[in-house]
Amino acid sequence: MIRIFYIFLLFFSAFLSQANNVHVGKSQVFSTIKEAIAKSNAGDTIWVHEGIYREGNLVVDKRLILIGKNYPILDGNKKHEVLSVKADFTCVKGFKIQHSGYASLDDPCGIKVYESRGVEITDNILDDNFFGIYIQYGKQCVVKNNRIRAYGVEEQQIGNGIHCWKSDSLLIIGNRIEGHRDGIYFEFVTNSVIWRNRSFNNIRYGLHFMFSNNDAYITNYFKHNGAGVAVMFTKNVKMFNNSFEENWGDAAYGLMLKEISDSYITGNHFLKNTTGIYMEGTNRILAEHNTFQANGWGMKIQASCMDNEIRSNNFIGNTFDVSTNGSTVLNTFNGNYWDKYNGYDLDRNKTGDVPYHPLSVFSVIVEQTPPAMLLFRSFMVDLLDKSEKIAPSLTPDHFVDNQPLLHSLPL
Amino acid sequence: MNRIIKFVILDILKNKVVVVYTFILAALSWSVFALEDNSTKGLLTLLNVVLLIVPLVSVIFSTIYLYNSSEFIELLLSQPVKRSKIWFSLFIGLSLSLLFAFFVGAGIPILIYAPPDVSLMMLVMGIIISTVFVSIAFLGSVFTRDKAKGIGIAILLWLFFALLFDGLLLFLLFQFSDYPIEKVVVFISACNPIDLARIMILLHLDVSAMMGYTGAVFKDYFGSRSGSVVVLLILTVWVFLPYAISLSKFKKKDL
Amino acid sequence: MIVVENLCKQFGKLQVLDHVNLTCSKGECIALIGPNACGKTTLIKSILGMVIPDSGSIRFNGEFINRQYLYRNSIGYMPQIGRYPDNMSIGQIMEMIREIRNYQSNTDEELLEAFKLKDLFQKRMRTLSGGTTQKVSATLAFLFHPQVLILDEPTAGLDPLASEILKEKIVKEKKNGRLILITSHLLSELDDLVTQIVFMQEGRVHFHKTVEALKLDTGEEKLSKAISSILKQSQHE
Repeated sequence: MIRIFYIFLLFFSAFLSQANNVHVGKSQVFSTIKEAIAKSNAGDTIWVHEGIYREGNLVVDKRLILIGKNYPILDGNKKHEVLSVKADFTCVKGFKIQHSGYASLDDPCGIKVYESRGVEITDNILDDNFFGIYIQYGKQCVVKNNRIRAYGVEEQQIGNGIHCWKSDSLLIIGNRIEGHRDGIYFEFVTNSVIWRNRSFNNIRYGLHFMFSNNDAYITNYFKHNGAGVAVMFTKNVKMFNNSFEENWGDAAYGLMLKEISDSYITGNHFLKNTTGIYMEGTNRILAEHNTFQANGWGMKIQASCMDNEIRSNNFIGNTFDVSTNGSTVLNTFNGNYWDKYNGYDLDRNKTGDVPYHPLSVFSVIVEQTPPAMLLFRSFMVDLLDKSEKIAPSLTPDHFVDNQPLLHSLPL
Repeated sequence: MNRIIKFVILDILKNKVVVVYTFILAALSWSVFALEDNSTKGLLTLLNVVLLIVPLVSVIFSTIYLYNSSEFIELLLSQPVKRSKIWFSLFIGLSLSLLFAFFVGAGIPILIYAPPDVSLMMLVMGIIISTVFVSIAFLGSVFTRDKAKGIGIAILLWLFFALLFDGLLLFLLFQFSDYPIEKVVVFISACNPIDLARIMILLHLDVSAMMGYTGAVFKDYFGSRSGSVVVLLILTVWVFLPYAISLSKFKKKDL
Repeated sequence: MIVVENLCKQFGKLQVLDHVNLTCSKGECIALIGPNACGKTTLIKSILGMVIPDSGSIRFNGEFINRQYLYRNSIGYMPQIGRYPDNMSIGQIMEMIREIRNYQSNTDEELLEAFKLKDLFQKRMRTLSGGTTQKVSATLAFLFHPQVLILDEPTAGLDPLASEILKEKIVKEKKNGRLILITSHLLSELDDLVTQIVFMQEGRVHFHKTVEALKLDTGEEKLSKAISSILKQSQHE
């Protein structure tokens, strides 16, 4: 009964609004998109056919559905913001948007959404824009399956791929971002989901996350970004099943956590990063079922962190599994698999009978005297590590996993 | 091939020490790779083999061999043979036998089990380190006629390069940790062939860590193409300089 | 053939050779004699290039020998104590030296036969007695028909029979016009061999005379007596 009512309502509303199809193209009714937008009514669908459209700044100020056929090109001539969306429930689909203005104060974008809700931006190609997609004061917007690419060299000369600011309930899904400053940037964005995106070769962060509570990012792939992924000043973040790979360098981290609390990190893979997870001022986090493999440092936990629990993770082939800069230990390790563990399991309960101290003395030395890294794996240092294992003096006693696993977890 | 080299190599093979060395290396390498489920641990064991056992065996075996072949040298000297040719033949003979032992013993399992870039670097460094320590043995043994003293010098030299040098470097690092001494440290460590070999292997073995902050500095020095060339040059100097000095000494030596 | 001029050599503080001058020519058989540590062996080793002199020069067939090696093709050397690689057999050593010398023509195997070394060809050097080793040394010295033979205490350690064989060989080679340099303590042995005597003392050549001249000067018939009378004279002076 209710369904019939809805269907009736749908027909009725369609009839009322009289949604039209408007075509733009060389041999179509309209030759410019601007004209088409001006002549159409809210609710109309504008079909843009193949071609290059250099129309400066296009503003969508009413509820329209813009659909590109065979990726028509909207070109900003390096001067303009290409597409400005200022109406709720607008759809933009199937365009190739390129050459926005650059490096000016008003942050020119490929597509910018101003204070709108329900906007959908899907299946577009954004090429060589200053900012890719920019959402400010947006609600319930969807950014899906876009391919965003820029060719930034310096941080100051390029904007972010997907930039979201003061927004709520966004869905960022299945996008592919490369060569921007930050792949995805969230500031004051709440209740949102970032899912199945690939962000790589960006100059700064693959994902940059600040003051954005109650968000989740799931099954994303971050690779070879200048500084990895940064999550800062935020509560209640869920990070599931993401991959963080090959973030190498000076201050590069697979995942940097700064002033984060009450969050949950699970099922992630940290592979070949200089540092897998770097934690600073981080409290009450649970990290479990993650894999840390072939990183320089699996985790760096600064002394400002407390009440974090690290359990049931795999640490495999890392140069250092864990390091810290302090002597107090306020975090717990439990039931992880450490490939450097040499203990035994006499009672056959699959956890080692001897506790494991994941902090090697040399990692402490390197923390204090970084150039000492040059001596890594020398006979001298091996002796030092061995003697420390027998009689700990430099490493804190409590830094210990009491139930180290003998076999790696199938993650 | 030079006839004397042939005799030297035949003689070394008859000696059986090199054969045993080959077998030990082989047993060690195959077993570490077979026992460990990830090859990284096996590689670490082999790193120690390359950095400790290879130089130790090279320097001591060469020293003993040189002292034991004093008769051979004397015999040859009364024959129409250049002194430099005798010395060179001994050097090549010893180096080739030890390289062969290293390659057959450790090289093959490394090539099979390790990732290609690491294995290649390890192999190259093992070969260079073998030769460097043969060269050092030549230098050590030309200075004294006393065999016991000569072996003592060889062991001391090995101990110095394998352990004491790094100890001193670590001490230096602690003492001057407040100063920007990275460059100095890099420079000093370049003076030790074992350290150089270790760092070169490390750059491939611990890529992620060496990309870290100071690691990046070292990567800049050692890991860049020009850096690698410089390292190879220094190591080449390490191969030839001790030998060259020993040769000029040997040419003037009274027998 | 061999001209030594002003040769000096010091081992530490010890002056082993002190301005030694010596001329040896073809067909001569020269005995180099003198008390222990008078520099005989050092002189010989200098001629062979095994000891590098501090100053002075040595010419071989008119050419200076410093840092040269090819002249040794014409020298056969029998050391005082022959030292050979332990692991090699007699046959291997002979073969090796032949290869090193790149000697193609027939070798002089008279001594090899006379000493019956062929039966021992497979024996390792370390298993040989001192005497047999000396036989090997002697054989090697003569093996390549050298123009010059340098024999350092050739008969020491040899049994009388072998000693006699060697002496005969030396006489034969002398007749063939070789230059032969012998050092020895046993003066009696040299009697019928040598044509000239070089007497060294404390690194100097005390005198260099033909045997005839020596005997004439001292009026003695035996070489050993002649020498001892000279020694006595020099002590009186």
